[in-house]
Amino acid sequence: MSEAPFSRRLLAVTGMDELGSYRVLRVADPDGPEPEPGQFAMLAAAERWGGGEDERPYLPRAFSVARCAGGEAHFLLEDVGPGTRRLCELREGDGLWALGPLGRGFTEPSDGRRAILAGGGVGIAPLAILQDALSDAATVLLGFRDGARAEGAALLRDARVATDDGSAGHHGLLTELLERELQHDSHAVVYACGPAPMLEAVRAMCATRGVPAQLALEAGMACGFGACFGCVVPRRGGGFLRVCIEGPVVDAAEIERVDEHADRPEIGQPA
Amino acid sequence: MRESAGDSRSREHGGSPSSQGGPPDAGPSTISFCGLELAHRVINGSGTFDAIAARKAFGAALETEFPFAAYVSKTITLQPRAGNPPPRLWEAASGLINSIGLPNKGLDGYIAEDLPQLASVTEAAGRAHAGRPVPLITNVMGSTAEELSTLVRACDGRSEIAAVELNVSCPNVKTGLDIGADPRQLEAVVLEARAQTRKPLIVKLTPNTADVAACAQAAQAGGADAVSLINTLRAMALAKRIGGRPPAPWLGGGTGGLSGPAVRAVALAQVAAVAARVSIPVVGMGGVQRAAHARDLIDVGATLVAIGTETFRDPAAGARIALELQG
Repeated sequence: MSEAPFSRRLLAVTGMDELGSYRVLRVADPDGPEPEPGQFAMLAAAERWGGGEDERPYLPRAFSVARCAGGEAHFLLEDVGPGTRRLCELREGDGLWALGPLGRGFTEPSDGRRAILAGGGVGIAPLAILQDALSDAATVLLGFRDGARAEGAALLRDARVATDDGSAGHHGLLTELLERELQHDSHAVVYACGPAPMLEAVRAMCATRGVPAQLALEAGMACGFGACFGCVVPRRGGGFLRVCIEGPVVDAAEIERVDEHADRPEIGQPA
Repeated sequence: MRESAGDSRSREHGGSPSSQGGPPDAGPSTISFCGLELAHRVINGSGTFDAIAARKAFGAALETEFPFAAYVSKTITLQPRAGNPPPRLWEAASGLINSIGLPNKGLDGYIAEDLPQLASVTEAAGRAHAGRPVPLITNVMGSTAEELSTLVRACDGRSEIAAVELNVSCPNVKTGLDIGADPRQLEAVVLEARAQTRKPLIVKLTPNTADVAACAQAAQAGGADAVSLINTLRAMALAKRIGGRPPAPWLGGGTGGLSGPAVRAVALAQVAAVAARVSIPVVGMGGVQRAAHARDLIDVGATLVAIGTETFRDPAAGARIALELQG
């Protein structure tokens, strides 16, 4: 994995783009190490981070790198609490504290398996940088709650979309699209990221069919580099693994199940 | 050799900068703490910095830019512990509630797997800082006197370990009270630990007690070379209310410990109360984010200052604060 410089660094926001319900935060990071697909960064606004409602946010928030090219890094944001809300307010020229790239990323397909990218909601972010890096075209399946969120699918190329309310693409669950894909050809590896119930359904489906899967987990983290031991998920066979340092990408076989709390960026206090 | 209690610390400055002990090119002064010569006054709070994980995340930069003058391990128990079920974190108003549950590999796992790696990082960090060593302090917790004796004796036998810190925020199996919250129990436990080692012995006091200064005095009477405080304040958070049912605790462990700026004023009061009552050095911590906060703790009598939650926001916070303090 790419190692991070041993300090947070102050970056300049170069833009904030609307993408349906989401925002794409763009920052200039000319000196940062090249992130591997699946790695993440801890982000905090340089100004007015803290002192908001309930004196939050206080800690930085973890975000997968959605894309990184030409010295500019992109992060996909959804306003779900005080930290993400403050980050969504950032505009060109504002300062952003960033620590990263952190964690373990995706590994390339082996044994001639084709790549299936399965993303849900704001969790599609690490699949964009992964799609850029894969040498062969991947099948991209994305699930969203509604049409406004489904506009986020533009972050990736050639995506097939499912929405819960049927306002775009397939009316139903992402896992229904995935099931059809695996029925058609199961010599595949599934790369998945999204809300905990979706990720758990993907994990269970792949386990049943014997298809390898790499899951990018999310968790509320205080630090992002293994110090706080707060972002754990149960490990198969007992004990816990730290999402920040042993993940965020884990082989699906490493975990017993996707914990119901493993999809929250805001460190407690669900939105 | 260990200095005797009290003579390593000046009352005015809460420490004794000295020109002895460090190599000639290591700067004008070092900080004496329980016979250890430290490059500056800033260390980490136990359980707030995993040097093994950080080495993985940051590579060799961790060693060349090592932020702490001494490194304190997370708490080691006799048997391995998995820690509490998630969720383990809750962001509070200007702070953090954690309910981690002291996960560790147990004494044998620590000695065999973690200690060599920690020693490697601290030795490399020392070499990178003009040959000035970064002492390794091991924090231990036992729920009985026998457990604690075994842990302290094991640390005594390891040359990599420069000092031992006792985590006494552990419930007594019989009374349910934290050992460190009751001066009489605490003195007995420290006496027991003292008998096992000649290495410097630091007692990490709990703030969840009626009279922290009385506990500090008991630790000194038991033979502690230093006390450190504050540990986290017991705290709680509730999950969202669903329907008409009363909400359940959010944290997997039920309650947790509050840290960060939210506890800074409490820490200052407790450090002041303790420093006024004991003659051994005090390690002060609680919500330190800047040199001004560290200086406050030093002004009321702390010899060293530990950084914890601020490190979560920036791993290099300790180095920044140490530099600001010297400037």
